[in-house]
Amino acid sequence: MNLETAVRGPDAAIEGPPGRSEPAPVPVMPVPRPVVTPSEPAPAAEGGGEITIKGLSVYYGGFRAVRDVELTIPPRAVTAIIGPSGCGKSTFLRTLNRMHELVPGARVEGTVALDGIDIYSPEVDPVQLRRVVGMVFQRPNPFPTMSIYDNVTAGLRLTGRHKRSELDDIVERSLRRAALWDEVKDKLKQPGTSLSGGQQQRLCIARALSVDPEVILMDEPASALDPIATLRVEELIAELRRQYTIVIVTHNMQQASRVSDRTAFFTMGEERAGYLVEAGDTVKIFTNPRERLTEDYISGRFG
Amino acid sequence: MLAWAVVGILGLLAVLLVLNSGEALGKFGFSFVTGTTWDPIAAIYGALPFIVGTIASSLIAIILATPIGLLTAIFLAELAPRRVAIPLTFTIELLAAIPSVVFGLWGVFVLGPFLSKTVEAWLVSTLGWIPIFAGPPFGVGLFTAGVILTLMILPTIVAISRDVITAVPDSQREAMLALGATRWEMITKSVLPYARSGIIGAVILGLGRALGETMAVTMVIGNRPQVPQSIFDSSQTIASQIATTFNEASVGLQTSALIGLGLVLLVITMTLNVIARLLVWRVAGPQGPN
Amino acid sequence: MRTIAMGAAFLCAAPLIAVLFFVAANGISAFSLDLITKAPRALGIGGGAANAVVGTLQMVPVAALIAVPVGVLGAVYIAEFANRRSARVIRFCADVLVGVPSILIGIFVFTFLVLPFHQFNAFAGSVALAVIMIPVVMRTTEESLHLVPNALREASLALGVPAWRTVLSVVLRTGLPGILTGTMLAIARAMGETAPLLFTALGSRVVNVGDFGRPMDALPLFIYVNARQPVDALNQQAWGAAFLLLLVVLIINVAVRARSWGQRIG
Repeated sequence: MNLETAVRGPDAAIEGPPGRSEPAPVPVMPVPRPVVTPSEPAPAAEGGGEITIKGLSVYYGGFRAVRDVELTIPPRAVTAIIGPSGCGKSTFLRTLNRMHELVPGARVEGTVALDGIDIYSPEVDPVQLRRVVGMVFQRPNPFPTMSIYDNVTAGLRLTGRHKRSELDDIVERSLRRAALWDEVKDKLKQPGTSLSGGQQQRLCIARALSVDPEVILMDEPASALDPIATLRVEELIAELRRQYTIVIVTHNMQQASRVSDRTAFFTMGEERAGYLVEAGDTVKIFTNPRERLTEDYISGRFG
Repeated sequence: MLAWAVVGILGLLAVLLVLNSGEALGKFGFSFVTGTTWDPIAAIYGALPFIVGTIASSLIAIILATPIGLLTAIFLAELAPRRVAIPLTFTIELLAAIPSVVFGLWGVFVLGPFLSKTVEAWLVSTLGWIPIFAGPPFGVGLFTAGVILTLMILPTIVAISRDVITAVPDSQREAMLALGATRWEMITKSVLPYARSGIIGAVILGLGRALGETMAVTMVIGNRPQVPQSIFDSSQTIASQIATTFNEASVGLQTSALIGLGLVLLVITMTLNVIARLLVWRVAGPQGPN
Repeated sequence: MRTIAMGAAFLCAAPLIAVLFFVAANGISAFSLDLITKAPRALGIGGGAANAVVGTLQMVPVAALIAVPVGVLGAVYIAEFANRRSARVIRFCADVLVGVPSILIGIFVFTFLVLPFHQFNAFAGSVALAVIMIPVVMRTTEESLHLVPNALREASLALGVPAWRTVLSVVLRTGLPGILTGTMLAIARAMGETAPLLFTALGSRVVNVGDFGRPMDALPLFIYVNARQPVDALNQQAWGAAFLLLLVVLIINVAVRARSWGQRIG
């Protein structure tokens, strides 16, 4: 948090969320639920959370998994990454918080700039980065040895904040933002794993929120959940996007069309390297895509 | 089929030990366990000196082996690159293959004298004013036995801890790292708590091994059947008492008393063993590490 | 923190080197053909450890002859035929048996193979060693049987081969390397055990060939007895015998484990 905002100038321009138009009368892809339109413009941001990716390639040893990505992820909006399985969507997502580095031999070329600072430059500590860029995983992974309360504060305690009153406030705030507070406020001491799958995932979201990140990365966050829980998570994403930049990988196209403001379509190219085919406003991508490949994918002609 | 032989053996073992110790246990009752005098000539048998010796030497071993073993397991499972982890693991496992009597031989002639001149001498000079650290350190006694036991149970603690740590799902590690934890914080805050019961199981299994260890201990502990006052005193464990006096024991009360000692040891080690296995099962699954 | 953990790891590895070094340093000088071929002198010092070498060479194979069939067949039963509950009970007892101090196993065998006859004997020694080996052989065999893919069993059964024959020809044959590994490790362990022999085979200064009804010596017993004598030359013989024992035990362990090593880690 301090890292980025300290370096950024005070009057760098902020790009607001992209404008929204009415859905086209005959969409290529039916949009069952109207996308929620914010009733007021986003408040002037002090953080931002805009990510600019230039020439990004991801290598595992000698094998190139993702090639040459050029993409801008707007702040305070939801960007969906879609595409067939195995085309590097998750790999790409993980480069945004340098989690791909956990695999020995993994490296990147190109730059990923968060609010103007290249996160791969030597002065950036991945540990600090991950406090600004949070992550929610496909399978809910609350810490089983910790209570619900402790799960939410896990990230905070890493930064040395231990004052009970401070933590209490943040726990309530995070759980409210994750739409979980009412369900768990009386059982905060129970283990994190005593909740249902959907609740556990919202707990993980609360956990990510508690450290007050700018960006939240979500790797297929609802794919392990039942439809009702999925619905709640999607509603949650719609609420969260007013304050956070959200990047969500999903192989569920309808979900992407429901929750996101912008969509980026990846596919597998030569030598099994994934690449970005097209990115743009969600409505445009789903109703009038520029590329043939995109149109094929959207209408279900392959993958 | 023949498989039931193991069940039979275990059952028979317990039964025979109980039967053959009946005479002594019947005569002394509870004071068998609490009496501090073991005098064959006067026909008085109290097992406390050996119980204390057994527990004290094993306690020293656990206190030394747990931190070293756990740190080693963490290093091998999380931190070491493969080309270092493999030979190291191999070496530590081979340690478990050394026969107890060879450890004892090495302990009497090499480790004991070494310890008495270095570690024990230092401990006595700095902490000798505390009664349990009082000298003089001869190199033969409770402390040396404890150190040898440490070496002998380290492979157990390391191997099982390493296995349970490896069994912790990666999703737990990733969750902690994604919150902005350093590698070490990830290990202490998510991996170790998750593997906690398995690690405790590993330590208890190590403790069980230490309690039952005979030959190496017998050779370095000094064989004095009295309750030790200091960790540098000569002492005796249950196993070493049985080992040194069984064959010369007069059939009848003395033999029965020694078998009674064996029964006490059996109860302690079996209980610990069962608890430990249950704990390890909880983390690493019923097949368990080898 | 990482360096502390690394230090701990090397601290664990050091004792093996230390033991190996000193046993070799002291034992090599005492190690000679005489050590293996001559029996201890009746009076005084000199002679060798033939009684021990010959004893171990007899008692351990006999123990294996008892333990391997029981262990392997037992494992076959749990892995292939038993219902889950029985298998769990048997496996549990085997694991508990592994944890029983070996000296208690010695007492156990003493009560029914020595006491009734008022005679220490080598057969009791072999039985005691067998009791120690059985659970080890059983568990390692069971694990290698579990590694045999089910598809092989099904293929054989689908061809109309009866279950017992399937186990014999297909499963055991495929699991054989693992079974051999377990057996060799159990034998190495039995070679090094002292406590169970103390009250069964007792040990003897005389070379005993073939008479299992009387006491017999063994390498670990020899080492134990000679290490405790206040005579330098006898201590030397103990080192020599220890060198021999350690060498054989380590060679078996290294040979058997080296192959599976690379695959297990990582």
